[in-house]
Amino acid sequence: MNKPLRRVAVFCGLLVLALLVRVNYVQFVQADQLQNDVHNRRVAINQYAQPRGDIIVDGKAVTGHTETNGSDFKYKRTYTDGAMWAPVTGHASQAYGTTMLEGVEDKILTGSDDRLFFNRTIDLLTGKQRQGGNVVTTLNAKAQKAAYDGLGNKKGAVVALDPGTGAILAMASTPSYDPSGIAGYSNTDEKNWIALDKKNDPDDPSLNRALRQTYPPGSTFKLVTAAAALESGKVTDVDAKTTSPVPYTLPGTTVPLKNEGHIQCKDATLRNALRQSCNTVFGKLGADIGLKGMVDEAEKFGFNKEQLVPVRADASNFDTKMSPDQVAQSSIGQFDTAATPLQMAMVASAIANNGVLMQPYEVAKLVAPNLSTISQTDPTELSKPLTPENAQKLQSMMETVVTEGTGKNARIPGVKVGGKTGTAQHGVNNDKAPYAWFVSYAMTDQGSPVAVAVVVEDGSANREDISGGGLAAPIAKAVMEAVLDK
Amino acid sequence: MSASNTTTITSIGAPNRRNTELALLVFAVAIPVFAYANVGLAKNDSVPAGLLGYGVGLGLLAAVAHLLVRKFAPYADPLMLPIATLLNGLGLVLIWRLDQEPSLGTAMAPKQLMWSTVGVALFIVVMVFLKDHRILQRYTYISMVVALALLIAPVFFPAVYGARIWITLPGIGSLQPGEFAKIIIAVFFAGYLMVKRDALALASRRVMGLYLPRGRDLGPILVIWALSLMILVFETDLGTSLLFFGLFVIMLYVATERTSWIVFGLLLSAAGAVAVASTEPHVKVRVTNWLHPLALEHGAVTETAQSRYAFGSGGLFGSGLGEGYSRLIGGIGSKSDYILATVGEELGLAGLMAVLLLYGLLIERGMRTALAARDPFGKLLAVGLSGGLALQVFVVAGGVTGLIPLTGMTMPFLAQGGSSVIANWALVAILLRISDTARRPAPSPAPSPDAEATQVVRNQ
Repeated sequence: MNKPLRRVAVFCGLLVLALLVRVNYVQFVQADQLQNDVHNRRVAINQYAQPRGDIIVDGKAVTGHTETNGSDFKYKRTYTDGAMWAPVTGHASQAYGTTMLEGVEDKILTGSDDRLFFNRTIDLLTGKQRQGGNVVTTLNAKAQKAAYDGLGNKKGAVVALDPGTGAILAMASTPSYDPSGIAGYSNTDEKNWIALDKKNDPDDPSLNRALRQTYPPGSTFKLVTAAAALESGKVTDVDAKTTSPVPYTLPGTTVPLKNEGHIQCKDATLRNALRQSCNTVFGKLGADIGLKGMVDEAEKFGFNKEQLVPVRADASNFDTKMSPDQVAQSSIGQFDTAATPLQMAMVASAIANNGVLMQPYEVAKLVAPNLSTISQTDPTELSKPLTPENAQKLQSMMETVVTEGTGKNARIPGVKVGGKTGTAQHGVNNDKAPYAWFVSYAMTDQGSPVAVAVVVEDGSANREDISGGGLAAPIAKAVMEAVLDK
Repeated sequence: MSASNTTTITSIGAPNRRNTELALLVFAVAIPVFAYANVGLAKNDSVPAGLLGYGVGLGLLAAVAHLLVRKFAPYADPLMLPIATLLNGLGLVLIWRLDQEPSLGTAMAPKQLMWSTVGVALFIVVMVFLKDHRILQRYTYISMVVALALLIAPVFFPAVYGARIWITLPGIGSLQPGEFAKIIIAVFFAGYLMVKRDALALASRRVMGLYLPRGRDLGPILVIWALSLMILVFETDLGTSLLFFGLFVIMLYVATERTSWIVFGLLLSAAGAVAVASTEPHVKVRVTNWLHPLALEHGAVTETAQSRYAFGSGGLFGSGLGEGYSRLIGGIGSKSDYILATVGEELGLAGLMAVLLLYGLLIERGMRTALAARDPFGKLLAVGLSGGLALQVFVVAGGVTGLIPLTGMTMPFLAQGGSSVIANWALVAILLRISDTARRPAPSPAPSPDAEATQVVRNQ
């Protein structure tokens, strides 16, 4: 009887061995995946088990925390001026996850980042509660306030950049929402969350229009076309006459391209064409430069690529396969051309920075709980869409737009301001309210401290190009003044 | 069975290892007491008020059990009692730790402590009154009747959590008769197979390399198979039916030394399992959950998924006792069926492996007892009891960790449940009794008047 007994003993040993192998599989091989599964509530519990680190603007936290009772979650996120900062901070909600900086830098803020391992170990040894690190942003509180107040009840977005570094100074989007209202796990939070849903609020307040909405850029795109014209050598002297008929018949078609209003665009110089925003001149220039030249220049400015700032910004679009007439239309910001407000701010900043486009970023540095710096963002160059000479030519043209052209509303006494208005039509037969655009920069003796792009969605019914100057330019002016500290 | 194989029987004067047992028991009591203090410190930042009482209580139980083993079974295996004590003590701590979560309902630890005491009392009764395990052989057929009655009884009581494995007695509470039936049916199998094994082993035909039993010998195995299928169908209890059928196949194999029984048993159980799994909705749900552990059910996270998250979140070293979130599993199951998930989360992979190895050790000491036993009944009973323990541990732990579909059984000693802890203490008592008989040195031969003369002859 002992032979089968030994076999049974071995069999039972194998059963236990199978269990040991299985638990190793579950608790070692699968552990990471299970620990971080979206449905594993421990993820959320740990996120809110200690006070979250703060998001800091100008040395002051725009976030905070409060203790909550009666649920698994110990701490709840609070926000100061939540609606104004929502496009930057996003939300950290016990029930609804994290977005924007709260999401991208979640591990730093909760203190679970690997770079905080040393701090955690020390905390563990000294019995201190785990702490989250802080995220120090590049934003400028005054500029942000100017942008947010300027947009007011209107629907739109503002992005301001420091052209020399790419640092984001302002990023506003309206209508906005207060992330404090959905930070918890209560019925009120749920009600607020449901109300934010696009189905219940067509204005979609939780959409970050500055980064995640692309608009037809309209005439502001003429800056890119002008840059392409200068870079390609099609235009060398901005004050020389061009060969531009009015109306201009789109190549390969019989469709005439017209100008808005009664403006003198026939054979206009590049400077005049930009000042008056001549569709005919820039449409023909775009077609003359051709698809490849336009695509190359647009992509040098950052089109057709997502930007991580480090929050993801949608890619702006300039089609890479088009017929010549479509190129002509795209070159004046129509057809399929679409840009985020961030993208248009990048265009202005590259021109203002003498042709060098800097990578936009909104996190200056990550700070450990003990205030030592974990990582710092160094400004990096993204591309060189223009030579310095051509950039300066374009600057002088943009300054003309503000001093004598459609952008007069952005004039700031004692400061050189360059800008470009735009009114983008959309909808079937252009029947929807147009988007009013304004992109600009301010220039001092030390270079340009700020470039800004403003888009207002429900522009007035006035289809004249002037509406960009009327609605959007004052907001841009206020933001520039805030940065200039005027 | 040949005498040369019983290698564990050593010469006269072998140490009885009672002091080893005592030393191990000290650890078996100390570890749960530390764990208890640990939970209190983690949950309330203070050593729990009941620490002294708990420590003294567990210590007393262990001491009384040890002294009685010393007196009534001095040559018994030294590891089984400490392992059972440690597992029971850890189980109490884990249940008490889960009692600290208000969401999991009323406190169960005091009750479990009471049942553990009853269990140890039954252990003592068996130790004192069962002088020789062979006495049980007399009750072979009575055991059969009792086991059948116990197995069938739950059919007449309402289902609890989808399985009919309980009988509810007014005033006493509910009882899981399957736990007791496990022991009693092992007694029946051992008695029955001891008598019939020659007929089963020798009277067979050889077909394709396998010895097939005669039809009339096949009868009993088919009856048991049908019975376990009936348990499965009428009580919707996958675990118990698997346990009984597996137990029978193991004991049949050991008794007859015929591999054909295993092949037969596997085929029959596979056929039964597939048939039932595809028809019985309760079992079907379990299989679906097993195949898709993390799938949502009506938009909610299932218990299966919650227990898997608990294991995964434990990682290598666990969160520490009292610092995990196994309460998220919710319901009554977190203290019984899913208690291993708490072990996995709070003690980590390391702790879970240690607990599984304790079970492995207990099972293999039982197997060793079977090897060492000198009578066929003792061998069969020991292999039956420890094999049943092995199957139960495998079915429960395998189910909870997702190795096999989940079944409604409890982890011996660790999980909350009166019937289980009482029955398993009795099981350990019987194993100790068998091992005492097996390890007891053979009595020295009576002095014979011929001895000297014989010696002279040998010396030449």
